[in-house]
Amino acid sequence: MPDALAAPVPAPLRNPTIVIAVLAAVTGLLILGFMTIGARGDWSFILAFRGRKLFALLLVGYAVALSTVIFQTITQNRILTPAIMGFDALFVLLQSVLVFLFGGLAVLTFNAQAMFAIETLVMSAFAALIYGFLFFGARRSLHLVMLVGIVLGTLFRSLTDFLVRLIDPNEFATLQDMFYAGFNAVETDILGLCCIVLLTASLVAWRKFPVWDVLAIGRDSAVNLGVAYHREVLIALALVTLLVSTSTALVGPVTFFGLLVANLAYLITPSHKHIHIVPVAALIAAICLIGGQMLLERVFAFNTSLSIIIEFAGGIVFILLLLRGKAR
Amino acid sequence: MTHRFAIPAALLLVVLLACASLTIGVSDLDLTALLRGGGTDRQTLILFASRIPRTIALILSGASMAIAGLLLQMLARNRFVEPSTVGTIESASLGLLATLVFWPAAPVMVKMGIAALFALGGTTLFLRILSLIKWRDVLIVPLVGLMLSGVIESITDFFAYRFELLQALANWRTGDFSGVLRGRYELLWLSFAMALITYVAADRFTVAGLGESFATNLGLAYRRILALGLTIIAIVSAIVVVSVGMVPFLGLVVPNVVRMAVGDNMRRGLPYVALLGAGLVLVSDIAGRLIRFPYEIPIGTVMGVLGSVIFLYLLLKRTPANA
Repeated sequence: MPDALAAPVPAPLRNPTIVIAVLAAVTGLLILGFMTIGARGDWSFILAFRGRKLFALLLVGYAVALSTVIFQTITQNRILTPAIMGFDALFVLLQSVLVFLFGGLAVLTFNAQAMFAIETLVMSAFAALIYGFLFFGARRSLHLVMLVGIVLGTLFRSLTDFLVRLIDPNEFATLQDMFYAGFNAVETDILGLCCIVLLTASLVAWRKFPVWDVLAIGRDSAVNLGVAYHREVLIALALVTLLVSTSTALVGPVTFFGLLVANLAYLITPSHKHIHIVPVAALIAAICLIGGQMLLERVFAFNTSLSIIIEFAGGIVFILLLLRGKAR
Repeated sequence: MTHRFAIPAALLLVVLLACASLTIGVSDLDLTALLRGGGTDRQTLILFASRIPRTIALILSGASMAIAGLLLQMLARNRFVEPSTVGTIESASLGLLATLVFWPAAPVMVKMGIAALFALGGTTLFLRILSLIKWRDVLIVPLVGLMLSGVIESITDFFAYRFELLQALANWRTGDFSGVLRGRYELLWLSFAMALITYVAADRFTVAGLGESFATNLGLAYRRILALGLTIIAIVSAIVVVSVGMVPFLGLVVPNVVRMAVGDNMRRGLPYVALLGAGLVLVSDIAGRLIRFPYEIPIGTVMGVLGSVIFLYLLLKRTPANA
């Protein structure tokens, strides 16, 4: 909850604008490095090739950061994220359902855009159904909601496996590879579409920031202050669904990234207004993704995967949060 | 609901399922003809080298996994945990990966032993973390467990990625009985022996499940019983991972279903847990064989779907009153 300025911080860091500026500068440097380090040969090719990848990473970072912050505001805690609640897994499941219904590789290769649109629509409906039940029904304990979300995630993943095996048992591994995008294999052909989706979502989201600042105080206070609670939460959930679809379509499911980014942002931002938290979270996400990808490519020579490291760090942070009782 | 015919009826059901499991497969096998001595050599070979081993493996692993789940639930004093959701199975695969990297030619007993040691370490770590939680909500225990398994899994992934062993890892993670042949499942008898030991010591585990101070007051060597229980769980998990791979949620679902019918007494519940475990594994494996005949869907995938649905039901059923 808004406990801004709780910890003593050095004077310049008490100004959120300075925090954002510093992070933006770091991001800028990393972008410069990402585009130029180790470049040999034709510049026009390198810039276009790396540019697409960089752009995708930035989009993903922004989508994950924004969706997690919104989700944590409406669920009133720092430990739930859309990914932990199984949103990502649901998206991947829908992808395989579509392939199952409309037949194999044709769909995958034919029209990535149309497929993305259908998936997002169906997913919004499903998400509203499942999560409406969890959040609007009888007041349920946070631990129950979390556990149900995690088990739902497992269910979605098993169903995906199941469907993929039904579609073509011989091509199981290949199909699975095609379903799971990754940081090393970003889906660049839907970049344009994702960009439009993100812009639209942002237009709505940024106008909602003041409302969400009120929502963050708590349900009852927000209602007292005149917020149309149910409507606002529904809008927020719809936005979250859109954002998660975008990031999952681009790089596949990453369970803990949002958790890490949002908690770091709350830790270092001296203000808990959305107008400050969201940019900070997005910049941290960009720094992690670009920096991490550079480290992997240049230092580890692709010898490990960014998502593995995120899962590792995120799991530990999650356990610590649970142990400290932040979840209540 | 405990009826004196309940156990024989369950036993009969498992036998029937086992017979079904013997006859289902790509090559036709007529059991009655074989019994009358009318089968060809090839049919006899398939029966003895593949079908019978597979069916025995199913029964043994189902029963012992379900019992290991029940045992862990007693020791962790929480009914929403099982070896694959607290890091035990994941640690066993990490150990197995380590043997594959450092000593690929190790005999299977050694591999199993190292995997069991890792599993023991993982489970102990989980119990240590639990003891750090001050405010112990029923649901925080499985949450911590699931996250811990995730962390151990990512460590395993990290090394598997470096040594290009992701393929092998995928095999252990998705339980699959299609590779079970004569000579490749016998270790499972050992896990069944562990299940028998659990039955003998059942009353002690029940007391240990009441908590350290209470158990010590009753004159029980709590630490020793805890160590015995953890060792049994680790060995069963390691054997199952080494021979068939992980079957998720089995150890969680079965004891809960039995508990609803029979209540909390472990010694009385154990035979039901063993039979239901064997039965559920048989049903899932047979379903996996039939759904996409002649291909097979691994039991790990089938149980992943079935198990998580039952788990969700168990979670939501208890909601309104005591959430």
